[in-house]
Amino acid sequence: MQTLLLGISVVLVLVILFMIFKLTTLIGVAKGSKTDVDAGSNKVNASLMLIFLIVSGIITLWFSYSWFGDYHLPVASDHGVITDKLFWITMGITGVAFVLTQILLFYFAFRYSYKKNSTATYYPDNHKLELVWTLVPAVVLTVLILYGLKVWNNITSPAPQEAEVIEVMGAQFAWRVRYPGEDNKLGRYDYRKIDASNAFGMDLSDKNSLDDFVPRELHLPKGKPVLLKIRARDVLHSVFLPHFRLKMDAVPGMPTQFWFVPSKSTEDMRKETGNPDFNYELACTEICGKGHFSMRMLVVVDEPADYEAWKKEQKTWLSLNPEYMSQVPEELKEVAMISSGIETSESKDSSL
Amino acid sequence: MSTAHIELTDVMEHDDHGHHEQSFISKYIFSTDHKTIAKQFLISGIVWALIGGILSFIFRLQLGFPNMDMAWLRPFLGEWINIDAATGIGKLDTEFYLALVTMHGTIMVFFVLTAGLSGTFSNFLIPLQIGARDMASGFMNMLSYWFFFTSSVIMFSSMFISTGPASGGWVIYPPLSALPQAISGSGLGMTLWLVAMALFIVSTLLGGINYIATVINMRTDGMSFSKLPLTIWAFFLTAILGLLSFPVLLSAALLLILDRSFGTSFYLSEIYIGGEALPNMGGSPVLFQHLFWFLGHPEVYIVLLPSLGITSEIISTNSRKPIFGYRAMIGSMLGIAFLSFIVWAHHMFVSGMNPFVGSIFVLLTLIIAVPSAIKAFNYITTLWKGNIVFTPAMLFSIGLVSFFIAGGITGIFLGNAALDIQLHDTYFVVAHFHLVMGSAAFFGMVAGVYHWFPKMFGRMMDRKLGYIHFWVSFIGIYSVFFPMHYIGIAGFPRRYYSFTNFDAFSTFADLNAFITISAGVTFLAQLVFVFNFFYSIYKGKKATPNPWKSNTLEWTTPINPGHGNWPGAIPKVYRWPYDYSKPGAKDDFIPQTVPYSETPESNLPHEQELAEKEKKGDTGIKVE
Repeated sequence: MQTLLLGISVVLVLVILFMIFKLTTLIGVAKGSKTDVDAGSNKVNASLMLIFLIVSGIITLWFSYSWFGDYHLPVASDHGVITDKLFWITMGITGVAFVLTQILLFYFAFRYSYKKNSTATYYPDNHKLELVWTLVPAVVLTVLILYGLKVWNNITSPAPQEAEVIEVMGAQFAWRVRYPGEDNKLGRYDYRKIDASNAFGMDLSDKNSLDDFVPRELHLPKGKPVLLKIRARDVLHSVFLPHFRLKMDAVPGMPTQFWFVPSKSTEDMRKETGNPDFNYELACTEICGKGHFSMRMLVVVDEPADYEAWKKEQKTWLSLNPEYMSQVPEELKEVAMISSGIETSESKDSSL
Repeated sequence: MSTAHIELTDVMEHDDHGHHEQSFISKYIFSTDHKTIAKQFLISGIVWALIGGILSFIFRLQLGFPNMDMAWLRPFLGEWINIDAATGIGKLDTEFYLALVTMHGTIMVFFVLTAGLSGTFSNFLIPLQIGARDMASGFMNMLSYWFFFTSSVIMFSSMFISTGPASGGWVIYPPLSALPQAISGSGLGMTLWLVAMALFIVSTLLGGINYIATVINMRTDGMSFSKLPLTIWAFFLTAILGLLSFPVLLSAALLLILDRSFGTSFYLSEIYIGGEALPNMGGSPVLFQHLFWFLGHPEVYIVLLPSLGITSEIISTNSRKPIFGYRAMIGSMLGIAFLSFIVWAHHMFVSGMNPFVGSIFVLLTLIIAVPSAIKAFNYITTLWKGNIVFTPAMLFSIGLVSFFIAGGITGIFLGNAALDIQLHDTYFVVAHFHLVMGSAAFFGMVAGVYHWFPKMFGRMMDRKLGYIHFWVSFIGIYSVFFPMHYIGIAGFPRRYYSFTNFDAFSTFADLNAFITISAGVTFLAQLVFVFNFFYSIYKGKKATPNPWKSNTLEWTTPINPGHGNWPGAIPKVYRWPYDYSKPGAKDDFIPQTVPYSETPESNLPHEQELAEKEKKGDTGIKVE
């Protein structure tokens, strides 16, 4: 690859040198006055049209074929399989249109280039022809639209009841995730409660907040629907899980969501790609400031049993930040102790 | 008869004008002559294009050669190059990288491809091709340029302030663009951006009103809408698009100014930044996106339509054939213009907007592909059985069609919401719009310069330098943007300073280097053009009155048309502008000014009837 690139750049540099060399001589030519068509350079340009068509066609085919593994990301979600299929169908259809029109364009340019004794054909319109190439694209596009809308509607349909709910929050310049804990309910939040430790602005007067936990990695169960509740704390961000074909903006003040079914565990993917270090990643795709390019979070897809085990291991946020117990209302303190697993002397006192 | 009379008085008035001694300032600076204003726009556009190109090359260096020592750029960029204390290696500042991306986008979209393109060719060609002495209001036209110039000065100066220019992307989505805490470019830089754009919009509106009024009211005798060159149709529709959409951008900007400086909450809600919770509640960043793209999408066609019009004219002239499907071309432009207003939210499929709204926009967006496809087919059919003369303008027009197809087709992917989920904000989008609107519109602009240079300056640009310019640019641009499709399919997000933080995006370092080299070469090729342009103004071969043997009215003016364009009466128009290679005709072109009664040998049956009418009606109509 390196050498090929080097080769191409050398050729391009040579072209420039040639250009500079020509510059001086051509200025002289510019002063000559010929009014008629210069048949010589016209022929050169016509031939270059054909050469461009053939050479670029070969390079494109070769590159598309031999680099397929590099640009085709393995897919790891149920809906991703469907959108990939739609993608390749669209590629097939538009690819044919692209190749045909480009061939016609450059071939015609070559074939019908100026000849001294030839005249162009006066051919101002042909309604039948125009009708055909209005209707054919219209029909093909209708098919693509209908297929696409069906897929889109399925993807954006309401999440199944049993979906795992996980909150993803973007902030300059990191992602944070929050799990609902044992009660499977995310607690309320209020952005005015955000501070250095309480990054989510969790409202601890809500019972559902008490067992929420905030791990450093995004864990997902394989084969189960997952509903991501997405929000942003400062500016726009966008949740992008490339292998899951998932993207949704994170908007301050307007929570968004996206549900999907991860279909391959991290281990599965390591086997499939043959890369023992493979990891899923969460990236940001909405410009958010100087650290935009570094907003990475590690994503782990576990087998369902491992996922449950991992969840059990996680300590609640409140237990890791016991100083926030003061924000918990009196009547919930006891619940807080139990659900967050905090055992303090104070708690023993109050439970008496 | 009466028309002829009026024209004569008109002539005398203008002859008077011609003899005024004009000072340098009123002739070249505060000129109200549409031709001078066009040249002012063109030269400003070229300067801006060079600036925009250099900016892109700097960030391309970062993307192609992320380990490069950029200390050598410190004399130009100063503190924006961070020198590592230990190693002495210079790195581009990550925030400045975003500033470069933002300014490149802003400059290219607005200052080059809107003002530079429409400003140049609408101004230059509308009066010349419809047969008018000047624009409806020369004074407003002059104001239009000077608002643009002021806007340019402000935008340019924003690049030299210590907090840097606007850096939130050319789409300036709030809250990023509203909060200086979020990015330093959102401080004074963003204020200057907004002021500059407000002035820019004023300029566009002044120009647009003028173009519309001129086309509607000032067409010469016989120049009905069905005889207008496609260039004029394109400029006319472009002006209407601008007139309807730019005010919406102005209102979006105004609300942003209020949010930034006056404590309102149109776009801001529930924000915690820099260690404090802001008081703003209830605003919606998505509202801004709706307003922005209500301009933003028509803007794509504001950029593209003039180029398509220019190309139609050039391809027809140099194929020596009538443009295929003249009416279909107008129809598809009307269709595109109308539809361009109802597709904006396809930029927002994953913005959090209701997915049902998304599905409506999928439908509308993919419909717009039909008129676009018609245009492409019509261009290709125009080449078929032509007798093609490869002037530089013709080469660039063919290049435009190629880009238009390549970039248009990827729009079918992006317009389908289900596919856009993965492709949105990746390099696939970058490839798409740089081909279909960036490069295609740019090629149209360059084609226009080569084609109408003889009319502008009375001299010819060098043909062979033009060929070199074309082939290096054409191959160069494909080398830059075609590979980006692969990078985009692989999921690489745009506006990333580097890709090394992600395993998923760690491939394609070689390809990125290749793209950067190609971008450099392409940029150098533009210098050939710049040289050719300025050299030919003074030293180019003298032009003949109609060097491309074209049918349109501008070639009936003197080689260097003076104030008022035609020294005598404005010629009358009898036929459409595409009578090339008409069977029976003695030449392979029949200008619009030739009456049917003079060409009995080539008239079609219905034209023969017109010829009879011409004869019966008024023989004295032509004032020679």
